[in-house]
Amino acid sequence: MANLTFKDFKSDQEVRWCPGCGDHAVLAALQRALPKVSQALNYEKERYVVVSGIGCSSRLPYYMDTYGFHSIHGRATAVSTGIKVANPWLTVWQACGDGDALAIGGNHFIHAIRRNIDINIILFNNQIYGLTKGQYSPTSKFGAITKTSPYGTVEHPFNPGSLVLGAKGTFFARSLDVELKLNEEIMTAAALHDGCSVMEMLTNCVIFNDGAHKSISDPEVRADRTIVLRDGEKMVFGKNSEKGLVYDGRKLRVVHIGEGGFTLEDVLVHDSHADNIGLQMALADMKGPEYPVALGVIRDVKDITYDDGVRDQVKDVMAKSKIHTVDELLHSGSTWEVQ
Amino acid sequence: MQHKVIDLKDVVIRFAGDSGDGMQLTGSLFADMSAIYGNGLATFPDFPAEIRAPHGTVSGVSGFQVHIGSDKVGTPGDFCDLLVAMNPAALKSNAKWCKPTAMILVDEDAFDEKGMARAGFTTENPFTELHVEDRALIVAPITTLTQESLKESGLDPKTVLKCKNMFTLGMACYIYSRPLEYIYQYLERKFAKKHPELIEPNKKVLNDGFNYAANIQAIPNTYTVAPSKNKKPGTYRNITGNQATAWGLLAASEKSGLPLFCGSYPITPATAILEELAIHKSLGAKTLQAEDEIAGICTAIGASYAGNLAVTTTSGPGLSLKSEALGLAVMAELPLVVVDVQRGGPSTGLPTKTEQSDLDQALYGRNGECPMPVIAAHSPSHCFDAAFTAAKIALEHMTPVMLLSEGFLGNGSEPWLIPSMADYPEIKPPFVNGVLAEGEKFKPFERDPQTLVRRWAIPGQKGFEHRVGGLEKNHAGVLSTDPANHEMMVRERAEKVARVASQLPPLEIIHGPAAGKLLVVGWGGTFGHLLNAVEEVGDGVSFAHFDFINPLPANTAKVFEAFDKILVCELNSGQFVGYLRATLPQFNYVQYNKVQGQPFLVSELVDAIKKEL
Repeated sequence: MANLTFKDFKSDQEVRWCPGCGDHAVLAALQRALPKVSQALNYEKERYVVVSGIGCSSRLPYYMDTYGFHSIHGRATAVSTGIKVANPWLTVWQACGDGDALAIGGNHFIHAIRRNIDINIILFNNQIYGLTKGQYSPTSKFGAITKTSPYGTVEHPFNPGSLVLGAKGTFFARSLDVELKLNEEIMTAAALHDGCSVMEMLTNCVIFNDGAHKSISDPEVRADRTIVLRDGEKMVFGKNSEKGLVYDGRKLRVVHIGEGGFTLEDVLVHDSHADNIGLQMALADMKGPEYPVALGVIRDVKDITYDDGVRDQVKDVMAKSKIHTVDELLHSGSTWEVQ
Repeated sequence: MQHKVIDLKDVVIRFAGDSGDGMQLTGSLFADMSAIYGNGLATFPDFPAEIRAPHGTVSGVSGFQVHIGSDKVGTPGDFCDLLVAMNPAALKSNAKWCKPTAMILVDEDAFDEKGMARAGFTTENPFTELHVEDRALIVAPITTLTQESLKESGLDPKTVLKCKNMFTLGMACYIYSRPLEYIYQYLERKFAKKHPELIEPNKKVLNDGFNYAANIQAIPNTYTVAPSKNKKPGTYRNITGNQATAWGLLAASEKSGLPLFCGSYPITPATAILEELAIHKSLGAKTLQAEDEIAGICTAIGASYAGNLAVTTTSGPGLSLKSEALGLAVMAELPLVVVDVQRGGPSTGLPTKTEQSDLDQALYGRNGECPMPVIAAHSPSHCFDAAFTAAKIALEHMTPVMLLSEGFLGNGSEPWLIPSMADYPEIKPPFVNGVLAEGEKFKPFERDPQTLVRRWAIPGQKGFEHRVGGLEKNHAGVLSTDPANHEMMVRERAEKVARVASQLPPLEIIHGPAAGKLLVVGWGGTFGHLLNAVEEVGDGVSFAHFDFINPLPANTAKVFEAFDKILVCELNSGQFVGYLRATLPQFNYVQYNKVQGQPFLVSELVDAIKKEL
């Protein structure tokens, strides 16, 4: 039985993210989650491979004392896919940023989700290009003023949750960098999910986009502007859990419990395992000021995984085919003898 | 008129028709049948990029040339003895390939006013307009005869018309005394499951074509091409270059004990390799049809890291897209085979036409100092050995290897004496031995002092956890921007590739003396044409052919030294000769180039060689 602690996942490399960067907290959560995952699934450390693309967050593999692959910009998802298909026994974690996964690597990202390959993608979303020093990303807010948009962007951002669910993703979770405990929970759930898991981590970039998520992460407002979804629990939020989400027949609505005829009874109960992508999409889409931003595991459903499909097909064809060696292959079909 | 049966040493037949007329199938059937009959053979499919180009137009003509011989034939032949033209456009675009003594067989029904106009004929007689009226013309109403033949078959008119090619094939079989049994068997196999109702009608049309040719007076003589007597005994099969490439990779997978993983994106003319590998899951091959070329190579790189024999297959434009990832494989020092089936470029270029113009891209097309071994296949069946060798070098030297094939090789076919896998060497990757001393840390980029090859620790092994990636590292695998370390690593990576030369077979003189005035040099798919050309020129010229381009065989300078002049022939503007001039500048090079999307003609090579003598 694997008996690992967070220290086992810490490499001897100095962590070189800026002080105050949100990535530190996500790394810490991962190093704390993996021992629990190892315990639950009986995984030894050598079974983990951490893959990344290019960007600040993509330095993460160097800080994990596991097998690691720091690939090229945007392509982490393709490298992860190859690793998992080649050796499904390995458990693959991927770190990538919003520019990495959703701009240059957008194609690989949606196709990994479509295929439902069993990898765990941590999407560090700080809404900015940090490593190149402050250009807008595909998740930067409309009008964001950055080095390449000195007058504000004139393009709409992606909501990663909508993108994942739009591609019929089987697992999507969202959290804030500072929510260490919740992040451990999310990562553990992602590890237990058989299929492509996307965890969007809303991270802060202290240098180029400080306060990126302040409007929801500030301790003063967090309880009112976010809602943590947990399976089997009522969708309530607010400092005193006084608000709830109800479905009014057309759309989600925020209500004050005990007001306007709404009781706790009317508040929705979260079920990430229900194949109810319409409701899950609505939850993932929620944003202020009308709604709280949904955190936690929003969707976690079972479906066929690509890596299992490939492996099973190979097994199946092996069992049925008459060709099992290259010599047999070379002599298959039309041949003729010369004496 | 006395009917004569004339025995020929070799014969070239060109089937040409609309791209929907089934000429590729007709040609390959004729080829396969001749292979089984025991002839030497080479084929050359020459088709448009459009699946169904405008009907009846010159741009939509699809051709398939077959060269059969009573001995080994090296090329698909320059000019043909029989041209089959299913419509006026096919005649128009192919008449120039007819020998002065050629026969031309046309479907008279297609030569109506509309057909003639579509092909752009301006007079009433297409033969005089093309100056081929003095050839032996066989003008047969093939469409009408096919309809007549299948009157009672119950097939719908569209299906009936699709059988025209079988009538033509039957006629060709009569002219060249081919037995029909092989084609019967093919039809039975092809239609047995889905369309058994098509077996008998196709057989009937084939037979009727054969008998029609026997009955008309227009064919004075028939011919035989005897089976080859000089063939080495053994079991033979016909094989295309793309199929041989796929099988060579499967052979390397077996010999290395590593499962094959192919991540690829469909692209002409390389797709058939991916398709072929997708069939052979029974040998453990995994294929991933990726979302793009970049994902093709990146999934392969991931699979390589995870311990598979990883492959990506492509053609020129796809190779351009893979460049950055190739650099990653060089940097991470992971084994990978990249197959580039070259086509006419640049850009989309001539997708279905052959060229050797990706050599510079293969050698240099990456950022930074980024060398990798480059090897080339020289015939359809040689693709098997070339792919096997590419994989062996990749796995044993921990490097990506570029295997250059060509559209001409990939689509072309030839008979192949089936080898035995027992005669192929084992492939032994430099795996870590699984034991680390107490307190020892695995250093992923520590090198073997002789070969400079690093060790391969496949994930899943306790204690060997390490990181690879695109950033420069030191031997311990730790990130390093130290200037001296970078220069050392650049040199070591280059030297590692250069030292592959010690494992390569020496360059051999294939024809002519080992010293003299002129050495003809080629690489890749021009081998057959060059060999035929030097043989035709005869004495006074020598010939050497390169399968290994980077590194060059270790004795290359020694071979070159013995000649006054080196004539480098290639299907581009001079990429290999440029490389030789840069690598071995002390020799006197001249060049002969062709960039038309077509293979060399033996006759033009003969002229070029004679000019230099």
